[in-house]
Formats: sequence, structure tokens, C-alpha cells
Amino acid sequence: MSVVSEPLHAGNVHGALRRRPFSRWNETVVKGLLAACATVSLVTTFAIIFVLAEETIAFFREVSLSDFFLETRWRPLAGRPSFGIWELVAGTVNVVIWSLVIAVPIGLASAIYLSEYAQKRTRNTLKPMLEALAGVPTVVYAYFALNFVTLDILRPVLGNDVPIFNAFAASVMLAVMILPTIASISEDAMSSVPRDLREAAYGLGATKLEVATRVVLPAALSGVIASILLAIARVVGETMIVAIAAGSTPNLTLWPLSTIQTMTGFMLQVGLGDAARGTVDYQSLFAVGSMLFVITLLFNIAATWFVGRFREVYE
Amino acid sequence: MATAPVILRARGRVAVRQAVSRASAYLFLGASLVGVFVLLLLAYETISVGAGRLSWDFISNYPSRFAERAGLRSSAIGTVWVLGLTVIMALPVAVGTAIWIEEFAPRNRALTVVKLNLANLAGVPSIIYGVLGLTVFSRFFGFGSTIMAGAFTVSLMILPMTVIASQEAIRQVPSSIRDGALALGATQWQTVWYHVLPGAAPGIITGIILAVSRAAGETAALIMIGAFTFIAFDNTSPFEDFTTVPIQIYNWTIRPQEEFRENAAAAIIVLMVAVLSLNLLAAVIRERFRRS
Repeated sequence: MSVVSEPLHAGNVHGALRRRPFSRWNETVVKGLLAACATVSLVTTFAIIFVLAEETIAFFREVSLSDFFLETRWRPLAGRPSFGIWELVAGTVNVVIWSLVIAVPIGLASAIYLSEYAQKRTRNTLKPMLEALAGVPTVVYAYFALNFVTLDILRPVLGNDVPIFNAFAASVMLAVMILPTIASISEDAMSSVPRDLREAAYGLGATKLEVATRVVLPAALSGVIASILLAIARVVGETMIVAIAAGSTPNLTLWPLSTIQTMTGFMLQVGLGDAARGTVDYQSLFAVGSMLFVITLLFNIAATWFVGRFREVYE
Repeated sequence: MATAPVILRARGRVAVRQAVSRASAYLFLGASLVGVFVLLLLAYETISVGAGRLSWDFISNYPSRFAERAGLRSSAIGTVWVLGLTVIMALPVAVGTAIWIEEFAPRNRALTVVKLNLANLAGVPSIIYGVLGLTVFSRFFGFGSTIMAGAFTVSLMILPMTVIASQEAIRQVPSSIRDGALALGATQWQTVWYHVLPGAAPGIITGIILAVSRAAGETAALIMIGAFTFIAFDNTSPFEDFTTVPIQIYNWTIRPQEEFRENAAAAIIVLMVAVLSLNLLAAVIRERFRRS
């Protein structure tokens, strides 16, 4: 008769030892300190929400919700101030649209090249160089949007009617800023598409281009969408490029060659202007901030959801 | 009798499809070179405009309304102060959070909430952190527009990415090391302190360096707390007003005069050299410890 005991392997030992009661007081103190560290991020979130909500509520005591959402003019400093958010939203949407128009085709083509066409060595040199674009401080991009894109390219090509501050110059540099986001995440998604799908398509006589665009791209679609949503969140939240290059004139237009102001651009303007506490224009900073916070949060949550989807399918 | 090798060549529609496919390789290659091309173009443009202004005087002079006399002295000192304090504040909290999540947290809903919260915080725009810093640190705690307010604000901003990097580094430490230490009677904290943290250190250091390189370029959040000011003295205490290099670049960029454009370009060269050095340092540390 043999005694059958539970097989002894690392997992069991680990579990058993974890349960052993170590009652040293410093162990408890350390655990408490670590848990306290973890609450810092929670407190930060609550602080952001509280700070934005408090002054936003104060703002809406002065300005009615219908003025905020149904008016179209944003003139916080006018004699008869008007607080219609849509001009600022239009400014943000303007740069989102035009930066995506530039960055999505280039980003996806780069992703396809890196994932489907490039040799391993080419890929290992190109990808870090693309990702280096993500490390450039945005104030540097802002400098180029104003000096290089507007003064050295747009004005000489399109004539001096082009306003010095315009949405298009900002969009071009925003596109450069989000290019690595789109290319890198889409490439990850494409690389994780299983080989079988490609082989099956080749077996049916598809060419490399057809495999890339009709098999791999659709199969990686949720990752591609996630990359675009993340890029949108970054453009919506970017401040320096739009504040310097796009102007500070709220304007209800999607035309790229017009001077506009985005939500972030307005927030920075208030920050520079040292508005007195308790005034409506100080509070409007928080109302616009709340709007910005909610919009970026929605895009980020949606992106996380899509990333989770492609991970689920192929990993 | 030898037969000549048969070469099958597609004709008609198939030939067209194959030709299009071959041509597409160049199109896609071209697209992926756009980013690299832009990077080189920007580097060339900056150097050709700004290199002439680079000199020791440019580094050691205070800002001035005369472009040729203006320099980066106070903004560079301000940047170093803010980044130094940021590391001191953010590193312990970030590593503590990561250790708690990976080693101590009960696997329940609290953990899910903390993780989800970190992921969402990482996506919050920096100007929102600026609004938070303005309200909480500048006004509520009364730090005003000082280095202290700036460092607290930037610390919170880089916290999520530092935590996530530290978590990954801690996860890389094989669990056999933990089991070994625990089997010899070490407590959980002794295991973490003497075995997990040393193994995770290179990854954690890489993460914090990358976070600092991002913080070095931060502009909007610091403008919000009032760092867009004229500073003509050397900061000697964290409770003084300050400015930073990116804010100095912003200041020079928005001026219409050509000479200030040159100053901005020269300051960009300085900032980019600093940021790229930090990135390089991170890469070197990562490579060095990957081999051992």
C-alpha cells in the first residue's frame, strides 16, 4: 500500500508559503504603505473629477446649459459674453479630421509594410525610427507647424492669403505626432494575425497585396480601429501645437486654411491670462476642461475595448 | 535529351495583379519612409536655423528682450529642479504601486479598479493635469507658481506610465526566484526587497528615464500653473518661481522677430539632445541587462 500524496511542485509550495502567517509587524506596515501608494492614483482621478466638477457646476450657475450647448458663438471676453461650446468643438474636430486624413493612410501603409513586406532587419531599424517621432516634445512640433509648414511651405505654395495661424499647419504636425501611434499599434495587430490565414489566401492564388489588404487588414481591423481611436484622443488632448499654430480665434468651420481655436487652445489661453478666481471666464476653463476630459476618456475606453477584442481573438 | 527549364509566366489579368502587387511594395516602403524623412528634415531645418546661435553664452545667459543676449540659464536650471524633484516624488510611489499590484494585492475587484484607473489616467491630456495642479497645488496647498507645484503636477502626470513600466519589470522576474526565497523562510517583503526588486531594477530605471524624457518636454501643464514667467536668477530652493526650457521655446516661438526664431531653434537643439540622450541611456541600460 502506498501513500499517495499531492505532487509537490512550485505552485503548491508558493501557495502554502503565502498562507503561512508571518506576523511581523513591519511586514504589515510595509503592506499598508504599498497599498497607500496604490491609492495615490485613485485619489488623483477623484481629484481631477472633483476639481473639474466643482468649478463646472459654478460655471453652469452663471451660464445656462442651453447657452452652452445651443449657442454657437464662443466669446467669453466680449461685452455681452457668449458661451456656445460648438466653435471650440469645431476647432478640435477640424484638426482631428485633417490630421487623420494625413496620418491614417501613411500610418496604415507603414504598418502593412512593416508587418507584411519588410525583412526582419529593415523592420528592426525602421520601427524604432518611427517610434522616435513619439518622443519629440510637442512644443518642438509646434515650432515647426508655425515656422516650417506655414511660412516655408503653405505661404510660398498657396500664396500669402493663407493666415499665419491656420488649422492645416497644426494638423500636419499633429499627423506627424500620431503617426507612430497608428503605425506601431496597427503593426502589432497585423503581426498577430495567424499565419494560416495568409497561407490559405496564397493557396487560393492571392498576390501579396491582396493578402495584405483583403485578409490581414480586415483580420486586424479591431487593432487598427483601436490605434486610430488612441490617435484621436491624443490629438484632442494636444495643446501646444494647436495653441501656437492654429490661432486663438474661435471659428465654426472645418475648412483647414482658417484660423481657429480648439478646446485645449482656449484652456491654455486662460492659463496664460491669469483670470481671477470666481469670474466666469476662470470657470469656463473648467467647463471646457470637463468636456475635454469626457471626450478623451470616451475615446480611450473605446480604444481599450477594441484592443481587448483583437487580443481575445488571436492570442 | 536535356529539356530547357520551363518558366511559367502569368498572362492577362493575373499578370496585372502580380505587377500591381510588386509595385505596392514600393508604395508601402515609401509610406513608411515618410516618418523617417520628416524626422531628418526637421533635424536639418533646426540645425540650419539654430546652430549659429549655439554657444556657451546661449547656455549661460539669462533670458533677455534682446535676442542675441538671451539664453537658457534660468530655464535649464528650472527644468533640472522640476525633473529632479519629480523623480524623487514619483519613483517611490510608482514602484510601491507596482509592487502592491503585482505582489501583494488581493486578486479581487479592488485590483481591477486600480488597474483600469491607471490605464485611463495614462490617457488624460497633460493640460488637464495642469488644471489639477493649478487648483490643488498652486491654489489649495498654496505653492503658487513654484518648482514644488510644478514637480507635484508632473509627478502625477508621469505616475501611470512609470507604474505600468515597473509592473512589467516586476513581472519579468521569474517566479522560481520568489519561490526559492520564500522556501528558505524569507517573508514576502524580504523576498520582494532582496530578490524581486534587484531583478526588476533595470526595467524600472528604464521606465523612469523614459518618463523623465517625456516630462522634460512638457509645456502645457506647467504653463497652466504659471511657469510662463521671466526668471533672471538661479533657483536655489524648490519654493521659488521657475520656468523651463520648453516654455522658453514657446516664448521665443510666439515672437514675430526672426532672431527669436533662431533662439527657439537653438533651444530645440539643446532640448532634443537632452531628450535623445535620456532615451539612449534607457536603451543602453535595457540592452546591458537583457544579456546578463
